[in-house]
Amino acid sequence: MSVAIKANRLTPYMFLAPAGLILIFALLYPIGYMVYASFLDWSPSQRIGQAEFIGFRNYVNLWGDEAFRESFWVTIRFAAIVVTLEMILGVGLALLLDRNLKGMAVLRTVFILPMMIAPIVVGLMWRYMYHPTVGIFNRTLKSLGFEGIPWLSDSTWSFIAIVIADVWQWTPFIFILALAAMQSLPRSALEAAEIDGASEWQKILMIKLPLMMPVLIVTLLLRLIDAFKVLEVILVLTNGGPGLSTEILALRIFRTAQEFQELGEAAAMSNLLLMLLMALTIGMFLYNRVQEARVARQRAAAEKDDD
Amino acid sequence: MSAQTEKQNPAFYALIVALVVMSVGPIALMLATSFKTNVDVYDASVPAFFFSPTIKNYETVLCNFLWYEPEHVDYCDPTFGRALVNSLIVGLISTGLTLTIGCMAAYALVRFKFMGRGAVSMTTLLMRMVPPAVLLVPVFGIWTFQYGLDQTYTGIILIYTAMNLPFVIWILQSFIVQVPIQLEEAARMDGANPFQVFFLVVLPIIQPGLAAAAIFTFRIAWNEFLLANALSGRSTRTVPVTIVNSITEYDINWGVIMATGMLLAIPPILFTFVASKQIITGMTAGAVKG
Repeated sequence: MSVAIKANRLTPYMFLAPAGLILIFALLYPIGYMVYASFLDWSPSQRIGQAEFIGFRNYVNLWGDEAFRESFWVTIRFAAIVVTLEMILGVGLALLLDRNLKGMAVLRTVFILPMMIAPIVVGLMWRYMYHPTVGIFNRTLKSLGFEGIPWLSDSTWSFIAIVIADVWQWTPFIFILALAAMQSLPRSALEAAEIDGASEWQKILMIKLPLMMPVLIVTLLLRLIDAFKVLEVILVLTNGGPGLSTEILALRIFRTAQEFQELGEAAAMSNLLLMLLMALTIGMFLYNRVQEARVARQRAAAEKDDD
Repeated sequence: MSAQTEKQNPAFYALIVALVVMSVGPIALMLATSFKTNVDVYDASVPAFFFSPTIKNYETVLCNFLWYEPEHVDYCDPTFGRALVNSLIVGLISTGLTLTIGCMAAYALVRFKFMGRGAVSMTTLLMRMVPPAVLLVPVFGIWTFQYGLDQTYTGIILIYTAMNLPFVIWILQSFIVQVPIQLEEAARMDGANPFQVFFLVVLPIIQPGLAAAAIFTFRIAWNEFLLANALSGRSTRTVPVTIVNSITEYDINWGVIMATGMLLAIPPILFTFVASKQIITGMTAGAVKG
């Protein structure tokens, strides 16, 4: 727990006021407004006061809307698949590179580059590489005598295409966090295992992974929450198509607002997406509370054995 | 950690090389293509990396800023130049604001006991998860009809500041916790008020944290498309908005698009190389101290 400084009763509020005001006027108020808007039949040309109040009809419409249900499942599928792949690859990469190597700092820098680049640009890069004739993948396949792959024009391939692009951009996130967690593991536990003659695999499975579990779970949840926000890469790559095969929820919200001018319905979707993310966040918060206490006890025990 | 390097087997190095190629390959390809003419892009006999490079694409994109008139540019489209300036204005101002306001709030959350601290902390954590797509409808409505901020810099800067604040508050807390409280108490003994303690004692110590927070904030403001698209007008468009507007469905001038993409990617790439240590510390602090 942190130590508090004694001060005037009002001082903390003065420090918080600017942030508080901005957050209230530019985040909390808009979120409340969105909840209200989800009960309206509202188009962008109208002021919100002129829009007709239609109760839960937007939600009822969403329930019956096959395209919405499809985009909901596309989102869940996308998030589940990319997060699983990224966790496996990221943690694997961290295990591979968790050793004293020359140039480790440079390697880490190189590996975090993809996540620093604008999603729009990532979308462009991959759209170029997936291009049916000039793209590097099909060009290579053809020069080896194979058929080209219809990366963005076939519904199965286009889903694979957005998954690959996301895995490329975000595996580094898992990698860096997992590596940081690994390097802060208590050395005493690993050394003790070495003395007992544990193999590399035993060390990984019995010591490293279990001790890292709390950090890994938080990382997983953070990445999962972020996977529900992905939008620009897919917008540039496939714009949701072909058909609805890559139309994730965020993209559907964007298109419902921008193309179909149905602000009320877009607000209802936003509301559902937000509730899903809030549930994940609260879950993460509670999990964290429990785990922090557990790990503190374990580490204390491990260090005591050491003495 | 010992300075001695472990002996590795050659397969290990081969694997690392393959991983590095996968990681930077697409970026290298974009860079290479940005120096290709469109004819070379479509000519299958021209290899991906070995060709005679040209800076024509960059001249086309940056025609506004050139002191000479490149002869291959028949019409100079000022969109990109203006967008680049807009992106810089929006990115820098919102980053400055977010940092100032965010670290004050983080300090209050770490160092003072007050009523509602738990609630404020929890709300901040929850707000960190709000995606731009969710803000699209309400922010468009409020900015346009109530605040009258549509198509202005202020509107975009305000929403970027608000979006980044929760994250910045979150990561700065874990840096402020590490400031030795004795330093602050000593300054208080010498008669400094809480604001002086904060600005003169705490801020200088948490500089690495501020650097990390600045990079994350700037990166989001620099890269964001969705809200910028909904809120900006002709003269306030940022680079991501310009790029998306310039991709037409069938006819893409890949050389020019890749040059534009490179120009948007260069600042984050430079930041990453200059401050990778801060970025990694910041990421770790922001994620793990849930």
